Amino acid sequence: MGLLDKEFNDGSFILTSTEQLLNWARLSSLWQMTFGLACCAIEMMAASASHYDFDRFGVIPRPSPRQADLLIVSGTCTLKMALRVKRVYEQMPEPKYVISMGSCANSGGPYWKHGYHVLKGIDRVIPVDVYVPGCPPRPEALLEGLLKLQDKIRKETLVKKEYENA
Amino acid sequence: MSLKTEELVLNMGPQHPSTHGVLRLELLVDGEIVKNVTPHLGYLHRCFEKHTEAMQYFQVVPYTDRLDYLASMGNNFGYVLTIEKLLNLKVPERVEYIRVIVAELQRIASHLVAIGTFGIDVGAFTPFLFCFRDREIILNLLEELTGARFLYNFMAVGGLNYDLPDGWTEKVKDFAKQFRNTIKELNDLLSFNKIFIERTANVGILPADLAINYGISGPMLRASGVKYDIRKNAPYSIYDRFDFEIPVGKGLKGTVGDTWDRYFVRVLEMEQSLNIVEQAIDNIPEGDVKEAIPKKIKPPVGTVYGRVENPRGELGFFVVSDGGVNPFRVKVRPPSFCNLSVINEICKNNLVSDVVAILGSIDIVLGEVDR
Amino acid sequence: MKTLNEFFDLLKNQFGEAVIELKQDIDPYIIVSADIMDKLVEFIKVNDDFKFDFCTCVSGVDDANGTKSKDENGNDVITGGTLSVFYHFRRLFDDAKLIFRVQVPRENPKVKSIANIYRAADWHEREAYDMFGIIFENHPYLRRILMPYDWEGHPLRKDYQNPEFYQGIKISYN
Repeated sequence: MGLLDKEFNDGSFILTSTEQLLNWARLSSLWQMTFGLACCAIEMMAASASHYDFDRFGVIPRPSPRQADLLIVSGTCTLKMALRVKRVYEQMPEPKYVISMGSCANSGGPYWKHGYHVLKGIDRVIPVDVYVPGCPPRPEALLEGLLKLQDKIRKETLVKKEYENA
Repeated sequence: MSLKTEELVLNMGPQHPSTHGVLRLELLVDGEIVKNVTPHLGYLHRCFEKHTEAMQYFQVVPYTDRLDYLASMGNNFGYVLTIEKLLNLKVPERVEYIRVIVAELQRIASHLVAIGTFGIDVGAFTPFLFCFRDREIILNLLEELTGARFLYNFMAVGGLNYDLPDGWTEKVKDFAKQFRNTIKELNDLLSFNKIFIERTANVGILPADLAINYGISGPMLRASGVKYDIRKNAPYSIYDRFDFEIPVGKGLKGTVGDTWDRYFVRVLEMEQSLNIVEQAIDNIPEGDVKEAIPKKIKPPVGTVYGRVENPRGELGFFVVSDGGVNPFRVKVRPPSFCNLSVINEICKNNLVSDVVAILGSIDIVLGEVDR
Repeated sequence: MKTLNEFFDLLKNQFGEAVIELKQDIDPYIIVSADIMDKLVEFIKVNDDFKFDFCTCVSGVDDANGTKSKDENGNDVITGGTLSVFYHFRRLFDDAKLIFRVQVPRENPKVKSIANIYRAADWHEREAYDMFGIIFENHPYLRRILMPYDWEGHPLRKDYQNPEFYQGIKISYN
């Protein structure tokens, strides 16, 4: 959010590039899709509540995937649910970003060894931008993950799109 | 002239803001009236029972945390109580007192989440923020004690993993004094609010005999008028030393066993838990919390069933031991699994938005329904 | 309040041969045969001496007491032996409890269902079918409850092998 911080002491124009403007607009108002699956969902709800406020970063929970641009997958994804995660991801309009929250979404978590029904990481079905480790990660850790995602968006260019389809 | 209508199958899918997790409800509706509800489970089946067969007895405790992730202390309590019954182990007094205090604080925290999310389901957003603000205070207390915000791994077979830090009991007493004001605030804001009463009274009535036949337990059974609480009827640990009441649904705003009763029993239970905490916090005896923890757990051959009163109902652990260091079979009897099975009966002939309110009042946690 | 021995004697008088044994344990249980399960349960629900109204838990256990051998891939296979089902009942007014055990052969596990008498056992029996393959006769709706409907195999049996792929998604960690 560096644009409006620049003071106009001498009353001049705002000079910037289109890319910077678009990136700033995108990262300041990421609307998240509430996709809480298991225990990490409670930490995500606590991050949206008043103590660790998410709204000051512009992040509002939206229930429908067609109105959201950030998908935070929090909790264990099972095989039965994996097909639905893929469908929800495909319903989101571009540009879209994914944060994988918690050990279970990163790589299967504590159920990696004998879990016959656990998907060992959601990056086996959808592409992920930021991984937030923890079991469960504290709300401050999720906020740091969000800030890292904002850094990633700030560096994006319009010329070369880096999206890979799953 | 009569209109020809058709019944429609509506899918309240696994991803839905009000199903409290990943539950799929298949509704058969005629217009707006619900004729049949079929729940589909298994979207969070994490193979807990298979994991227990591959680990030793004390290694299972962190996995029990994640069953009902809003009441982790209660799950730990149930499991260690069952294994101590299998081994015929006696724990020190200090351990018993601290376990009871922590379990009751956890009950308050869990009911706060239930009330907050139930408020969001029927459309009231502010109680959610108030409940989570108070829950943060309890979580800070438990974080000082165990190091984690809500999946604690606090109890071990035969004792506890950590002892009380200095000054903790004073902080709990301060919290208890201040929390009674919050309950009063919550009653003013939500419980006796006219819109809330219109939305929840006489909706989803569960008669007592149907509740007993379906195996319901916990606040849902007590709201239907049946006075049964494991802490009073079959006391475990040291619950028989404390003086507290069991709130029962009386049909104040509608009929006995409707949604408002199920909600209000939880508010009254929070107050009773506060009474238990205040009675216990002054009398904690001295001692070592780790002295009775066995070095190696190799129980005799046999089967045992142990149960505790969790915030959602009766949590039971059925353990079969074959004499080795790993359990042979651990079966979890989850309260939400049994409570959810009655949803078809009580949702008949209600509106679709009433299904949301009824599901919120049953208060399920998918982690223990699917294990 | 009657003791467990008195309950056992009353049941033996009523059902004779089918009530097999009272096994002493930390939580003692009564072994019965599989085909009288529904009549037995109806008896303990209505009879004045019993009146057990609350069914707490129905759980399957793989006894693993058959012969262990290896098949062509080197995996363990158990043949013969039994599977068990444990039933827990309670009475609400004085908190008495009663536990039954039924043993069925592994190759053809069939038990009479009690889901029409105690509605609480409905979903528990579906779960025992899903995890162990025990078939409950006269169950209103016996199909899988936790695993996907097109899953093959019964996961909690002791000789279960994890599959490699499910609908194109790789299951194992590495």
